[in-house]
Amino acid sequence: MKQLVVVGNGMAGVACVEQILKHKHDFEITIFGDETHVNYNRILLSMVLAGEKSAEDIVLNDLDWYRRNGIRARLGVRIANIDRGARVVTDQEGLATPFEKLILATGSSAFIPPIPGVEKKNVHVFRTLDDTRALLEKARRGCRAVVIGGGLLGLEAARGLQLRGCDVSVVHLFDTLMERQLDSAGGAYLQRKIESLGIRVLLPKQTQTLFGNGRVDGLRFSSGEELEADLVVIAAGIKPNSELARKAGLSVGRGIVVNDYMETSDPDIFAVGECTEHQGRTFGLVAPLMEQGKVLAATITGNRGPAFTASVPAAKLKIMGVEIFSAGSTDDAEPGVETVRYEDPALGIYKKLVLKNNRLYGVILVGDTSDERRYTQWLREETDLSAQRKHLLFPPPDADPGLEVAAMPDSEIVCGCNGVSKGAIIEAIHEHEITTLSHLKTCTRASTSCGSCTNLCQQLLRAVAPEFEEETRTTLCSCLPFSYEQLRDIMRGQQLKSVQEVLNVYGNRKGCEVCKPALSYMLDMLWCGGHEEDRSARFINDRVHANIQKDGTFSVIPRMRGGVTSPAELRRIADVAEKYNVRMVKVTGSQRLDLLGIKKADLPHVWADLGMPSGQAYTKGVRMVKTCVGTEFCRFGVQDSTSAGIELERRLENLFTPHKVKMGVVGCPRNCAEATVKDIGMVGQDGSWQVVVGGAAGKTVRKADLLITVETTEAALEASELFFQYFREHANYLERTYDFVERLGIEKIRKETVYAPDTEKRKLLDRLQRSKALATDAWMEREAPVHPTQFVQIEPLEKGLEKTLA
Amino acid sequence: MMRERSWTRITGIENIPPREGRSVAIGELELAIFNLNDRFVTIENRCPHKGGPLCDGIVSGTTVVCPLHGWRFDLDTGAGVRASSPACVTTFPTRVEDGIVLVDVGSGRRIAPEEAVAF
Repeated sequence: MKQLVVVGNGMAGVACVEQILKHKHDFEITIFGDETHVNYNRILLSMVLAGEKSAEDIVLNDLDWYRRNGIRARLGVRIANIDRGARVVTDQEGLATPFEKLILATGSSAFIPPIPGVEKKNVHVFRTLDDTRALLEKARRGCRAVVIGGGLLGLEAARGLQLRGCDVSVVHLFDTLMERQLDSAGGAYLQRKIESLGIRVLLPKQTQTLFGNGRVDGLRFSSGEELEADLVVIAAGIKPNSELARKAGLSVGRGIVVNDYMETSDPDIFAVGECTEHQGRTFGLVAPLMEQGKVLAATITGNRGPAFTASVPAAKLKIMGVEIFSAGSTDDAEPGVETVRYEDPALGIYKKLVLKNNRLYGVILVGDTSDERRYTQWLREETDLSAQRKHLLFPPPDADPGLEVAAMPDSEIVCGCNGVSKGAIIEAIHEHEITTLSHLKTCTRASTSCGSCTNLCQQLLRAVAPEFEEETRTTLCSCLPFSYEQLRDIMRGQQLKSVQEVLNVYGNRKGCEVCKPALSYMLDMLWCGGHEEDRSARFINDRVHANIQKDGTFSVIPRMRGGVTSPAELRRIADVAEKYNVRMVKVTGSQRLDLLGIKKADLPHVWADLGMPSGQAYTKGVRMVKTCVGTEFCRFGVQDSTSAGIELERRLENLFTPHKVKMGVVGCPRNCAEATVKDIGMVGQDGSWQVVVGGAAGKTVRKADLLITVETTEAALEASELFFQYFREHANYLERTYDFVERLGIEKIRKETVYAPDTEKRKLLDRLQRSKALATDAWMEREAPVHPTQFVQIEPLEKGLEKTLA
Repeated sequence: MMRERSWTRITGIENIPPREGRSVAIGELELAIFNLNDRFVTIENRCPHKGGPLCDGIVSGTTVVCPLHGWRFDLDTGAGVRASSPACVTTFPTRVEDGIVLVDVGSGRRIAPEEAVAF
């Protein structure tokens, strides 16, 4: 066996070792890492800082991986010397390790500018897990934090600190944020967005001194201004760790110089990652480093062939909810280049294409990176764009988009729920100068109920309104200017547990009927039921656990698991119907019984007399599992669908979801209980179950997608649970599974649920179990109401009018 | 001519939780009383659209949204605050004394739709 020593236990070094393991080789591998941690994903440190992930979550290779692959890991050991003559590396204790081949993957460290005062307490860098932990100890709510450096790392640190509740300022030396990826206009768009999130941006600002007595108290800029600070984070760039190589006499520029095969000036010594310099360039983004690892693995295992070509530098990032893409050369001052620009300040979209000889030379996208693939392809293939000059920024429209609405007569009803005709909409658009769908909704009420005419309304707006503005539904509502994703981040990071708290800190303090129920759901889901419930933020149905009807009375549907009932239950239901003069007893489409016309004050008594749990028919939650009789009775049944359905309902009942969840379990592919048009369905086969998701038989009809086929009932139940919890965590509020599945794509959903690593599956199921442990039958509030007047009308202390009359 | 105030004692403030409404029947009248945290307000408990129980609506600032079809009313003026729904509801003077909500049931006022400021 040949001794291969790798100095550096970071992403690039370990990724390279992973590639080596794929080749046939006879190495005994030792990896030295000066951090005490196993290899983790450095890119995600900002999420650890923000509290969105734990240190364990970002581990890439656990100790077991090193053991399994026979790799000796020496963690917390810093290599101090390379003796090229003796072919040994020596650690700081003087202990020598021989090598035949040596890979240097020493990475880079934070560049600390020579500013007086950087040694003071509470001045940190943000580069490693230990740095992150040190920052976490200091980052307290209300703490004034200043980040020096407005590049990628600095902005990520700023976001993490803000989500921890710090009051954050970013100080940047240049007049453009992320000036390596963006031009000044693109930087300005990013800056506006960051500022709107409450982070102060100061630029161009050169920090002259960090002042304070032992502990930092603030920054003084060269302009003479001062900024107070409790915590300073330096994120002013990185510098390759090339000192070890320099001392060993290897060729070193800014980084360790490598050729196209990742060889250094010594044929037995290689280098990979951020410590390298290739054709005068150093690297900071992950993609080229992974490429380097592949090339080096081929070279060192005797398969020298693939060469590292530093391809077009491209960066796709998402910072504080802003998508950014930058590739190629974006300097438009270069002779012979032409620039094409598009800006929409209101939407925060900026696009710039730099062309040379009718070919794409560089591109910057801010706020909308949906065309990134088209541009990457043009760059890579150096496509001649002469014929496409008119459609550089937007692909040509496909067909006549106005055809459908043009064919409709004015009298035709567009919104069936609210009875709004095409003519009425056109009239309103002109009269109120409507340009957005939400304005149209406010003025005409079209598309405010079931929403199935939304597309049609948008087409009408596009055809009629001179200045139609497409609304991309990125924010929950105008009370809170954040997307669902950002809101989840904020609630998690800031440990917010009540609706009013979220509205007070991040919204307009008022909230409305749209955002309050949505926030209520999100808090319940995020904290697995451990949030602070606020009934005033709930729709009436969720305050009294029944469905309000057009006359203000309520409907009551008890849970009847799997659609199975008993003579005793039916008798009680009949008795209740008579006792409370129920106006109608209706068999629902979900194999349950609905008692209609019940007064609010009677609800607790009705529930008590029924002695059955809530069927959640009034809420965005687990509705029911419809079943067929399966192998118990049916001569065609091949699976015990009734028992499986009852078990599925038991496991999920009393939980809340972004929109209602209806399920079905059938014992054979004849599908008598219509499982393939349910949100979650289990279809019994001979010896297996198909688990299907995203089906619908409502305002849209959609056949469910196959999630997975499994052999046992337990496995089918688990697959259903995985999807269920994933839907709870990732769907937008009021998004049904059929829209959710189409938005994310079933492949992605499979990858992150049933095909996810066991550890990820475990986490999903654990969170489901935690929620389930706190979930209770809402109808038990009949015995312990959340408020004394929850169900009753107030009895006045005195009779006003009689007094007046008397 | 100004009418004398005639206050009717309705209920203890603890019976109406913050940002929620409760209904109360006084003779033929059905009122919805809301707790806006800093004060209590009273309107008729009947949406002019389809008679929805406004006491069951979600409170948004100083407005309430009918639970049936989402019509919105200003709780101080009774004005319908949607361009398409100029209808208004009656408001009643309300005050709190010794922890009891009092309403002047005889002084209900409904502003004319044209007085309502649409937005």
